[in-house]
Amino acid sequence: MRYLTDRKRAEGKGASHTGTEHHWYMQISAVGLAFLVPTFLFIFGRALGQGHDAVLAVFARPFPGILTALVLFIGMRHFNKGAIMMIEDYARGTSRKLAVIFVTALSYLVIAVGFYALAKIAL
Amino acid sequence: MANVKRVERPLSPHLQIYRWQLPMLTSILTRITGNALIVGVLLAVWWLFAAAVGPEYFAIADAVATSWFGDLVFTGSLWAVWYHYLAGLRHLYYDAGKGLDIPTAEKLGWGVIIGSVVLTVITIILV
Repeated sequence: MRYLTDRKRAEGKGASHTGTEHHWYMQISAVGLAFLVPTFLFIFGRALGQGHDAVLAVFARPFPGILTALVLFIGMRHFNKGAIMMIEDYARGTSRKLAVIFVTALSYLVIAVGFYALAKIAL
Repeated sequence: MANVKRVERPLSPHLQIYRWQLPMLTSILTRITGNALIVGVLLAVWWLFAAAVGPEYFAIADAVATSWFGDLVFTGSLWAVWYHYLAGLRHLYYDAGKGLDIPTAEKLGWGVIIGSVVLTVITIILV
């Protein structure tokens, strides 16, 4: 008789050693983005092509500002993990590591630049 | 031991071997659209950053974002985001263990392709 629970037996197993954590994060962020993205597309699409003052006015409002921040953060984390999945399928060794570092850095950079812009516009 | 030549093992069939089929095409497009969306995101975030910095810088970024190049990137990204959106919903449905039989998978594939085009057109009209 085994006294280990199913959970304990599965932990740390699999090629990734992280089990289904990656997949689960992609599912959670996908559901979140499914709610956020349509409204964001509408707000962004309406703002694009307008004058400077109008654009500032749109993103200075709480709803568009917070929504854009959420889409950027969750979207770029979702992108980062998805891009890593692609890199791990096609690249090996040092090039794989460098590519993973690059997309991770790029993802955080996009988040940081977007947050800086939103904060500057809002304040 | 002298013979270090690698054993010729049969390779598992890869992309080139398979006959192209809809679930395969739509799955590959999910990856392509998801990763390609970074281009539209970079342009959009640069445009927003320029707006935050000041009017002169915004004029430059806005000229690029509303040029033919910007239109191409954003229209392409709009289709890509709707495609990835519907394909992602399909993934969640698959992950729930549903729709995996071939006739349903084919229908879902067409649904994703046609739906993404329809949603893109609707968005362009509304926005």
